[in-house]
Amino acid sequence: MTAPTPSLVVENLTTRFGSDRDGATVVDGVSFVLTPGRTTALVGESGSGKSATALSLMRLIDPPGRIIAGRVTLDGQDLLTMTEQGMEEVRGGKIGMVFQDPLTSLNPALTIGRQITETILAHRGIPAAEAERQAIDLLVRVGVTDAARRVHDYPHHFSGGMRQRVLIASAISCAPGIIIADEPTTALDVTVQAKILRLLHDLQQEMHASMLLITHDLGVVAAMADTVMVMYAGRIVEQADVDTLFHAPRHPYTKALLACVAGIDADRSAPLEAIGGMAPDLRNPPKGCRFAPRCPLVQDICRTTDPALQAVSDSHSVACLLLNREPAHV
Amino acid sequence: MTLQDLPSAPPRAAVVSAPMPAQRGWRMRSFARDRGALTAAIFLLVIAAAVILAPVLSPYSPEEADNLARNAPMGTAGHLLGTDQQGRDMLARLLHGGRVSLIVGVVPTIVAGLIGLALGMIAGFFRGLVDQVIMRCLDVIFAFPMVLLAIAIAGAMRPGVLTEIIAITVVLIPYFARLARTATDGVVPMPFIEAARAAGGSSFTLLMRYVLPNVFSPVVVYATTLMGLMIVVGSGLSFLGLGVQPPTADWGAMVAEGRVVLRKAPHVTVLPGILILVVSLAFNFIGDGIRDALDPRTIRR
Repeated sequence: MTAPTPSLVVENLTTRFGSDRDGATVVDGVSFVLTPGRTTALVGESGSGKSATALSLMRLIDPPGRIIAGRVTLDGQDLLTMTEQGMEEVRGGKIGMVFQDPLTSLNPALTIGRQITETILAHRGIPAAEAERQAIDLLVRVGVTDAARRVHDYPHHFSGGMRQRVLIASAISCAPGIIIADEPTTALDVTVQAKILRLLHDLQQEMHASMLLITHDLGVVAAMADTVMVMYAGRIVEQADVDTLFHAPRHPYTKALLACVAGIDADRSAPLEAIGGMAPDLRNPPKGCRFAPRCPLVQDICRTTDPALQAVSDSHSVACLLLNREPAHV
Repeated sequence: MTLQDLPSAPPRAAVVSAPMPAQRGWRMRSFARDRGALTAAIFLLVIAAAVILAPVLSPYSPEEADNLARNAPMGTAGHLLGTDQQGRDMLARLLHGGRVSLIVGVVPTIVAGLIGLALGMIAGFFRGLVDQVIMRCLDVIFAFPMVLLAIAIAGAMRPGVLTEIIAITVVLIPYFARLARTATDGVVPMPFIEAARAAGGSSFTLLMRYVLPNVFSPVVVYATTLMGLMIVVGSGLSFLGLGVQPPTADWGAMVAEGRVVLRKAPHVTVLPGILILVVSLAFNFIGDGIRDALDPRTIRR
């Protein structure tokens, strides 16, 4: 099997918040590729750097945060060295982004039609009337009923799920090759979640786009992803295709995460699993492996040596020092 | 790929794609539903029409004194609203004086509102050095009491209506800039700004389409409130001899001049006083109406 051409290549992306002395490296040497037609999930706890990774790709990190190293290649160009004008072309044009909170991600003072046409007009030199026609078609595509009338409504006239559909319509309005969805269903109730995920999946397949799906919900990952990256304290600790990750995880953190998921048929008398300890303070990260303070299998070497991501098979890499020392705990 | 292939798109909506007539004009409708604002607006239009048509409505010159009919009370034959202490026709003076008063109330407020809005939005949006330079410069103006500074500025120039307008404009800019900056501060961290940026919006687009609509209405409301007050401030400048010069009338100057004969002929003071009060109130009502009309959340469906 030949590897498909990646649409986006991220190498050694490193983003730091705060000053040099009192700052935190929230994205630390992250590398991955996105492939057309495939969904890559980025999972991890709150504060692990998932959203910061997405915002770094779009170069939307606000000062005093900044990207201090790395390369993000899209269509042969490095986004990190591109001009701001070039980036404006990329944002919304080549990369569409769906945000977490549909309730506040729409401008309350503009009709939803205007918000979608703004994106279209920013990237395409077409008449406003044509843009509005496209906006209506997009709304129809994302399942907004009576789109021709509702295009003139304001965001507060819409429910949360409908607003997320509007945001998705806006994100795909210029047929981007890459869709970044940052916890697209976190703010929605479960029944709506399923519909929105279905919609995202269908649109992605239809446009043959790459999707980077950021989530902390492993159920969403199982349903949507082809490839999964597990992020911990700014680093990718394990990367695998979805079946391998769920059935043969190698990193102790991934195992612990999976153990925390309560199934619907779980024994209710048993206590819910939790990972002991706290996520590390990134302003002062632990020496050695960042998961060492919470790791149940920790060895002396883990506290002194920083593990690198190493491949254990074609599609599976893990950053753990114990890989070669112990048989895999499957 | 066709729309019909998508399971999530309901078939009924898929057929409709022609744009319907846009629902424009809702702002006017919403405003018109507000009785108080509508009444105030009509009242101000009548006043504005009256002062524009002053020579038609009153046969007298506002500066020509009828020495035989000083301090004539209201209802005197030939002088519907009476005369002042010099025998000048009150109706003519009120109408002509209204021109100056309305201009002094409205023009500086609008000009200062636009400048202050732009400065405040730029400062609040870009932050950093730009913010510091703009706001600290305005703080210098802000540090002086409003009326005192207006007097100082007007005093440094040749007296007249233009001087009055410039003085009031300069004094008002920091008030608007602060308001606009604060409102911008509240809008910029909103996720929809980041979302707009992620959709490829330039800073200019973000400012005009995303910040401005959310900052505009408090500024407009503030402006309409200030218009009434600026009529009073303008009157004060005139009273001090820094604005319009006697014998030219404006309402404030009329109140000031009339106080000498307050007991003998109260209407000379009271009539312009009532007009200042009522016009100021009308501006306030309109401000409230505009605020409601500009807020999409108050639209009835």
